[in-house]
Amino acid sequence: MAQKEILPTSAMRDGFGQALLELGKKNKDVVVLTADLEESTRANLFAEAFPDRFFEMGVAEQNMMGVATGMALTGKIPFVCSFAVFSPGRSWDQLRVGVCYSKANVKIIGGHTGFSAGGDGGTHQALEDIAITRCLPNLAVVSPANAKQAYQSVFALAELDGPAYLRISRSAPYHLPGTLTHELTKDKFQFGKAQLLQKGKDVTLIATGLMVAEAVIAAEQLSKDGISAEVINLHTIKPLDHEAILASLEKTGACVTIEEHQRAGGMGSTILEAMAGKVSVPIEVLGVEDRFGETGDPAQLAAKHGLTSAKMVKAAHKVVSQKTCRTMIFC
Amino acid sequence: MKVDELSSLSNTIRRDIIEMLVQAKSGHAAGPLGMADIFTALYFDVLRHNPEKPHWAERDRLVVSNGHICPVLYATLARAGYFPISELKTYRQFGSRLQGHPNRLDLPGVETSSGPLGQGYSAAVGMALALKLKGSSAEVYCIASDGEHNEGQVWEAAMSAAKYRLHNLAVIIDRNNIQIDGYTEDIMPLNSLRAKYEAFNWHVIEIDGHDFKEIIDACDMAKAIYEKPVAIIAHTIPGKGVDFMQGKPEWHGKAPTPEEAKIAIRELRSLGGRVKREED
Repeated sequence: MAQKEILPTSAMRDGFGQALLELGKKNKDVVVLTADLEESTRANLFAEAFPDRFFEMGVAEQNMMGVATGMALTGKIPFVCSFAVFSPGRSWDQLRVGVCYSKANVKIIGGHTGFSAGGDGGTHQALEDIAITRCLPNLAVVSPANAKQAYQSVFALAELDGPAYLRISRSAPYHLPGTLTHELTKDKFQFGKAQLLQKGKDVTLIATGLMVAEAVIAAEQLSKDGISAEVINLHTIKPLDHEAILASLEKTGACVTIEEHQRAGGMGSTILEAMAGKVSVPIEVLGVEDRFGETGDPAQLAAKHGLTSAKMVKAAHKVVSQKTCRTMIFC
Repeated sequence: MKVDELSSLSNTIRRDIIEMLVQAKSGHAAGPLGMADIFTALYFDVLRHNPEKPHWAERDRLVVSNGHICPVLYATLARAGYFPISELKTYRQFGSRLQGHPNRLDLPGVETSSGPLGQGYSAAVGMALALKLKGSSAEVYCIASDGEHNEGQVWEAAMSAAKYRLHNLAVIIDRNNIQIDGYTEDIMPLNSLRAKYEAFNWHVIEIDGHDFKEIIDACDMAKAIYEKPVAIIAHTIPGKGVDFMQGKPEWHGKAPTPEEAKIAIRELRSLGGRVKREED
């Protein structure tokens, strides 16, 4: 099958599906499982090319995770593909004990995360998946910024000998940040590293997933406002690149995080936990405020919950102004 | 191994179990005692395995899906030579490799970490699928309890094993009719497991789980059945070998006191009263 070009406007899942197909050619131990969502997760490209290594497990996510565990313990590298609300949503116990406690080399692909399930409504919009995966010992959590980075991350995770959760979106970034889009993925994907997209000195913007594009746009606007923003794409939420985050926060003295996820337990939370006691800077955590999603256009829903570059700019101004306020105690 | 040798070994394993439980002051008694004959038959007759090489790629796998019966797994593994018998007394102690529920990373011979019911069953399906894909002739045996069949995951796994015609998979179901809160048919009636498994397109064999010949013959038959996975419904007596525990749900999840253990050990030593004096 000819390689499809992955564009800045490509949906993240298309980058994933393409990579899975190419990985299948390179590594014969890779097997793919899905729970009646072959086409939606883009596992279909692999399924068509390698029918013997593709396993349609039906609408049974718990068994799918368990079967993948057994396959991994027998030397295979299973990629378990579904929507994140179902897997790891419904198969969390199997992920916890079968995969993580046992250190089984299973890759869990959570599709349609954030608001990208749009029309399907709140039941299908995964806004809690980072929280329920990053709390599990032995599990890596990766959340790429766009289709190209999703493509790159698949190969990196296949090389990692251990469990990993890959957070995929059905969408492309909601707003394209001009020329900087290509900066996101021009270098090799470095698992475990915070990706520095733009150097700055006044405030650090940390984003993950589709929100990275919003952070890049926000930095452009802030530059016009006379604020120099450092932009970090936190594609690997766990293990966290403590060193890079700490260095950036110490340098800029202020921080704004943004993610298409609940504020509780998400990427912003991991920054707060990691930096508490190490650095005292004002931090704003942008995310969904303890609410479920609803039917709608994904970009519209993200905007409703304040997940836009404009809100990020506002938050950046706030934390920069707080830098001089000595009476406030931060993290 | 001859039947009388197996019988003597399973008696030793039952004593090990009682000693482990009394030492730990917690753990499950009824299931492990009820499964001692099956574990003995598996590790000393049925399985192709090598305690010296627990990761040998061509070994038969034994997956214990109902991890709470691990005292019988640990005692059998120790008696088979996977680790020193003296280590059994560390069961459930701080720092022990013999965790309250099995951890595959701790102990050689443990194929999967288990505790939450239903998970090992799916893992066994995954192992059988992967072995088939590799063209391996190794067999996968999975021990599941009857109470475990309350879990939806068990039926998901059963459907998937039938879909992929996993002839290299045999699930041995401990049909002892008890679970923590009481009798299985009161808690959540399973009714006919045979009818259910046959409806799921499995081959079903029912055996007396304390008859070594029946256990071994059923495993041989499971290897011979080529087109389907095999469910071996093993009718067992929970607490088997210790009169005051036999058939009693209250012994599902507790350990004997030192006084009760003495009575149990005496009974096991006398082979259920058949030997009148210990020195006989």
